[in-house]
Amino acid sequence: MKVISETGNLEEDEEPKELETEPGSQTDVPAAGAAEKVTEEELMTPKQPKERKLTNQFNFSERASQTYNNPVRDRECQTEPPPRTNFSATANQWEIYDAYVEELEKQEKTKEKEKAKTPVAKKSGKMAMRKLTSMESQTDDLIKLSQAAKIMERMVNQNTYDDIAQDFKYYDDAADEYRDQVGTLLPLWKFQNDKAKRLSVTALCWNPKYRDLFAVGYGSYDFMKQSRGMLLLYSLKNPSFPEYMFSSNSGVMCLDIHVDHPYLVAVGHYDGNVAIYNLKKPHSQPSFCSSAKSGKHSDPVWQVKWQKDDMDQNLNFFSVSSDGRIVSWTLVKRKLVHIDVIKLKVEGSTTEVPEGLQLHPVGCGTAFDFHKEIDYMFLVGTEEGKIYKCSKSYSSQFLDTYDAHNMSVDTVSWNPYHTKVFMSCSSDWTVKIWDHTIKTPMFIYDLNSAVGDVAWAPYSSTVFAAVTTDGKAHIFDLAINKYEAICNQPVAAKKNRLTHVQFNLIHPIIIVGDDRGHIISLKLSPNLRKMPKEKKGQEVQKGPAVEIAKLDKLLNLVREVKIKT
Amino acid sequence: MGETEGKKDEADYKRLQTFPLHSDMPEEMRVETMELCVTACEKFSNNNESAAKMIKETMDKKFGSSWHVVIGEGFGFEITHEVKNLLYLYFGGTLAVCVWKCS
Repeated sequence: MKVISETGNLEEDEEPKELETEPGSQTDVPAAGAAEKVTEEELMTPKQPKERKLTNQFNFSERASQTYNNPVRDRECQTEPPPRTNFSATANQWEIYDAYVEELEKQEKTKEKEKAKTPVAKKSGKMAMRKLTSMESQTDDLIKLSQAAKIMERMVNQNTYDDIAQDFKYYDDAADEYRDQVGTLLPLWKFQNDKAKRLSVTALCWNPKYRDLFAVGYGSYDFMKQSRGMLLLYSLKNPSFPEYMFSSNSGVMCLDIHVDHPYLVAVGHYDGNVAIYNLKKPHSQPSFCSSAKSGKHSDPVWQVKWQKDDMDQNLNFFSVSSDGRIVSWTLVKRKLVHIDVIKLKVEGSTTEVPEGLQLHPVGCGTAFDFHKEIDYMFLVGTEEGKIYKCSKSYSSQFLDTYDAHNMSVDTVSWNPYHTKVFMSCSSDWTVKIWDHTIKTPMFIYDLNSAVGDVAWAPYSSTVFAAVTTDGKAHIFDLAINKYEAICNQPVAAKKNRLTHVQFNLIHPIIIVGDDRGHIISLKLSPNLRKMPKEKKGQEVQKGPAVEIAKLDKLLNLVREVKIKT
Repeated sequence: MGETEGKKDEADYKRLQTFPLHSDMPEEMRVETMELCVTACEKFSNNNESAAKMIKETMDKKFGSSWHVVIGEGFGFEITHEVKNLLYLYFGGTLAVCVWKCS
């Protein structure tokens, strides 16, 4: 047993020993192998002298090195993608057919044109046509562009002044229901232009055809500081820039737009000249102008008014000036011809000059107005405060004289409805309403400050507006309150003197000009534009007859009082 | 009437078989594309799909990737296309071809 185990042990012992020896023997073997190989090769080399050199540790050395590699970075970039748009269409049989037919027509047209051109020298004809069409297309483009730009400008303005535009159309002062007999003026747009900054507004006129267009004349009332003048036409649709702009050497003192030809504007200047501007031709120069030769006034022209065309269908207008002449200007064959209608003589004070001639001191006319129905009759206001009723047919005598005011008469105006009533205002702080058959005024209003202008309202025979130099606008309605203004509102800063006022013919707004070159538009509150109240069951009659009747009632009251006293 | 109709047809035929209703392309490109469309439609006159295929592949090769072509007699469409890469033309009195690029 022991023997077996011993042998086992022995075997075990031997195995490790064998194992141990095996590696040793293995190492011995390759070494022996290598040695054998080396020897074999050494034996071989003499046979093959040309052999590649073996690289081993002893005859070959390898060297390597690594340079510094820059570190890697990621870079991204994105260009803008090519622009894209949408496109849509429909492809139907009928659309295709229509397109072909159109094309056919176009081609036929071009063929006809070519045939028409053949008699003329072809090449030059074509060149000229091309030039013309290119020029036309250029000017057409410019015109189209300017039209588009104009519309854009108006839209931008409407957006900027959106609240004002809304007020203009829809706002009616609700408080007027509670305020009996008093109204307000809501300020709307303000118009001003840099070029006209230091000039006063000397004239305002609404265009009779285009009811949102009005003309403003700029000049200076100051005798010492006379400079240039301007004529601007504004539209309510574009408050920031005038539609038309004309400048002149001398201040514009008055203007009037022709009723039938709303593109003709007659203008009177400070230097006595009158001119006609044609709005259709956008030159800065007037189309027709008077000169010293053609009988211009020697003093500022204070008012011009268009008249009906004379018998030869020539345009004519009247002008009044401080030199005492009322002149009728007629446009004959593109020239202005003047006819002195009346010379304003101051009655009763003719002085005798040694040579026996009688000198008539001449009154200075400052305002006039023509009767609405009786064509030949007109009123002239003078610097002395008198108002003369004149006729176009009598050049030396007046039909009537009214001792109206203590200072110069600034405006006279016939009532648009009642044929007998007119109104005058003056720098003596008063506004007076007259019946032309009676020498004393019907109503007198003292406004505490020199009155620049009065205007009747176009919608009622009893409403009128007055503006004063203390910056206030006064609105009167004789049907509501005979003695006081129903609206008395400062419109501009106190320093600014208001110079003119005009009612718009259809919209319930007035424009007021001041001596700083600003024009303010104001909306009349409902109380100011009251129509006669309806009694239950009765129809409200509208129309001039009612207006006349209204005013007649009032006048009769006053007349009775007067007769009594 | 018959004569005039015949003349009209002739005129139709002689005149443009195609004319571009709406084109956004530069002149050269448009002319080439139109010719290509005409060739394709004449070649595959009874098969719109292969005509469209031919057009699209040629356009891709010539002018860059992602062209789209629609050929038909009755369709409506609303597409987004790269600017200056749209051609919409009528062919032969009945067909409408719309070619546009959009990647």
